[in-house]
Amino acid sequence: MIHLTDIKKIYKMGEVNVPALKGLTLTVKECEYIAILGPSGSGKSTLMHIMGCLDTPTEGHYQLEGRDVGSLNRNRLAEIRNEKIGFVFQSFNLLPYATALENVELPMIYGKMRAKERRRRAEELLALVGLGDRTRHRPTELSGGERQRVAIARALANDPTIILADEPTGNLDSRSGAEIIRLFNRLQEQAHTVIIVTHDVGIAEHAQRIVRLLDGVIVEDTNVNNLPQVQNLREVQKEEKI
Amino acid sequence: MYSLKLLSQFLRDMRTQKLRTLLTLFGIIWGTVAVVLLLAFGVGLHRFSLKAMHGMGERIVILWPQRTTKPYQGMGIGRPIRFTEEDAWVLDREIPEMEIASPEYIRWGVKLKYGKHISNISISGVYPAYEDLRNTFPQKGGRFINSSDIERRRRVIFLGDEVKEKLFKKEEAVGKRITLNGVPFLIVGVLEKKTQNSSYSTHDASKGFIVATTLATMFGHRNLSNILYRPKKTIASEKINKKVYQVLGKKHRFDPEDKDVLSMWDTTEMDKFLFYFSLGLNLLLGVGGVFTLIVGGIGVANIMYVVVRERTREIGIKMAIGAKSRHILFQFILETLFIVTMGGAIGFGFSWGIVKIASFLPIQKYIGTPTISPLVAGATVLVLGLVGLLAGYFPARKAANLDPVQSLGY
Repeated sequence: MIHLTDIKKIYKMGEVNVPALKGLTLTVKECEYIAILGPSGSGKSTLMHIMGCLDTPTEGHYQLEGRDVGSLNRNRLAEIRNEKIGFVFQSFNLLPYATALENVELPMIYGKMRAKERRRRAEELLALVGLGDRTRHRPTELSGGERQRVAIARALANDPTIILADEPTGNLDSRSGAEIIRLFNRLQEQAHTVIIVTHDVGIAEHAQRIVRLLDGVIVEDTNVNNLPQVQNLREVQKEEKI
Repeated sequence: MYSLKLLSQFLRDMRTQKLRTLLTLFGIIWGTVAVVLLLAFGVGLHRFSLKAMHGMGERIVILWPQRTTKPYQGMGIGRPIRFTEEDAWVLDREIPEMEIASPEYIRWGVKLKYGKHISNISISGVYPAYEDLRNTFPQKGGRFINSSDIERRRRVIFLGDEVKEKLFKKEEAVGKRITLNGVPFLIVGVLEKKTQNSSYSTHDASKGFIVATTLATMFGHRNLSNILYRPKKTIASEKINKKVYQVLGKKHRFDPEDKDVLSMWDTTEMDKFLFYFSLGLNLLLGVGGVFTLIVGGIGVANIMYVVVRERTREIGIKMAIGAKSRHILFQFILETLFIVTMGGAIGFGFSWGIVKIASFLPIQKYIGTPTISPLVAGATVLVLGLVGLLAGYFPARKAANLDPVQSLGY
C-alpha cells in the first residue's frame, strides 16, 4: 500500500547540503503495525513527514495506494492528508480554543462533511476512545492522556488509510502512555494501518514490525511476532466500522 | 459554525491583547473619521456655497451699460450707453434662447419711516419676473410685486427681512403703511430669510422693492441700473451673451466686438467655478482622508503579520489535518475584514456624532452644515472594504504559503 523507493531528502542549510534520508526503500502493507525506531537525527521525523504528505522527497518515488504522491501540489497533498492520513503528534497539537468535539470535527469540516453527520461521528469517535463524557471540554481542561485520545479520535475522523503517530507517548506518564499504546493495538486489530515513529524500544515492541533507522538509512527490518497478517480483514470489517 | 468559532477565538485574542487591538482599531477608526468628516464638511461647504450663491439667483446674468471703447460708424470712443426698459424687452423678444430678461432701477438713500422708526435703504424698481430671477420669495402671508401692481402703478413695497426687523421688530408688517421719502406705501410682503453671499447693490435682506414704473416716475429715473436675464436651460450662457452684444449693439449703435461697452456678471461662470473648486477641494480632502485610512490599514496588516506568526503552529495543525491554502487564506482575510469593519463602524458612529454636534454649533453661517451624504457613506465603505481586503490579503497569503512541517515545529 505504501511504496517508498529510493527516497532521498536533502535539506539546504545555507551553502551546505544536509542529507536526512539517503536512499530509503520501504514497503508497508495494509493493516500492518509498524514502529520506526531510531535516535534523534536518524531521519525518522523526515520519513514520517514524507509518508504523511507533509513534505515531498528530494529524490525517489512515493506511491500511496498505487498513486504517485511525490509530485503533487500543495492542495492535492492537503486533500490526501485529509482523506488518507491521520496524524497523532507528541505534543497533541489540538486547537486550544476548541472543545474536544470541535477538534475532532475539524478534519471533517475540511472534508466537507455535513454538520449533523460530522457531529454524530465526532461523538462516536470520542466515545470510542473513552471520552464520551468529555466532548465539551477544552484541551486545557483535559489530562495529557485524554488530550492524546482526543488527537487519536481526530486522526480517525475521515477514516484514514494510515495512522501516523510521532512519539505519541513522549509527553505522557507511563500509565497514560500504556493506555495510548493499548488504543493503538486496538486500532490495528480493527484493521487500521498504524505507523508509530519513536526512539523508545519499549513502545516499538508493541508493533509487529520494527524498522530501525540510523543516519538516514534502514539498518534493520524485523517482524517481532509472527502474528498472522490480516490482509483482507479491513474489507471484511468495513460494515461494522467505528 | 466553524467560522463563528474562528471569530470567537479571534475575539478572545483581541481581548487578551487589549492594547494591541486598541491601537489597531484606532488606526482604522481615525482613518474612517478622517474620510467621513473631511468629505462631510466638503459636501456641506459645497452645498452651502451653492445655496448662498443662489441666494442672488440661479443661472442669471446681470448686465450694466458702460462707455464705448471702440470707434463705430463714425462715432468716437467714450460714448456712454444708457439702458431703458425697452432694452430688456428687446432682448427678451429677439433672442430665442432667452428664458427671460427683466429691467431693474436702483435708487440709493431712500428714507423709510414707520412710526418713529426710520431706516435709510436702497430700493429697486422691478417687474414680477424679478422674484424668480433673483430668488426674492415672500414669507408666509405676503407676496412679491405682481402684474396687477405694475398695471395700476400701485404704491406697494416688498421689504427685505432685515429692514422689516428694524422698522417693525416682532410686529406684523404686511398690510401696514410706511412712508418712503414721505410718500405712503403699502407693504405687500417681506423677504423670506435667505443665505446670500454676493450682491451688486446691497443684500436683498436690507433692501426694499417697488414697482419699476413707480420708482421711475417718483425719482425721475429715465435709465435702468441694470438688466437681469437668464438663458433657457441647456443653453450655454456664452452663446447667448454674444447675441446680447449683437442685439444691443444694433439698437445702441456700438461695435458688438466692443466687450467693455457692457459689463456682464455671468453667475453661471461662478457655478462652474464652484463646481470645479468643490470637486478639487473634495478630492483633496478625500485623498487626505483615504491616505489616513491607508496608514490605518498598514497598521492592521502589520498586526495581522504578528497574528499569523503567533498562530503559526495552529496553521500547521490545520494544514496537517487537511486545510487547503484557501481555507487559511479565507480565515485571515475574514479576521482582517472583521477588525476593519468594526473600526469602520465605530469610526462612522463617531463621525456621525461629530456631524450632529457640528450642526448645533454656530458655524453654518460660514462653512455650511457638514453632511454625510449617501455618496460620502458609499465611498467610505468602498475604501474601507478595499483597505481591509488588501490589509488582510498579504498576511493571509503569507499564512497560506507557510510550510506545514516548519509550522508544526514552530
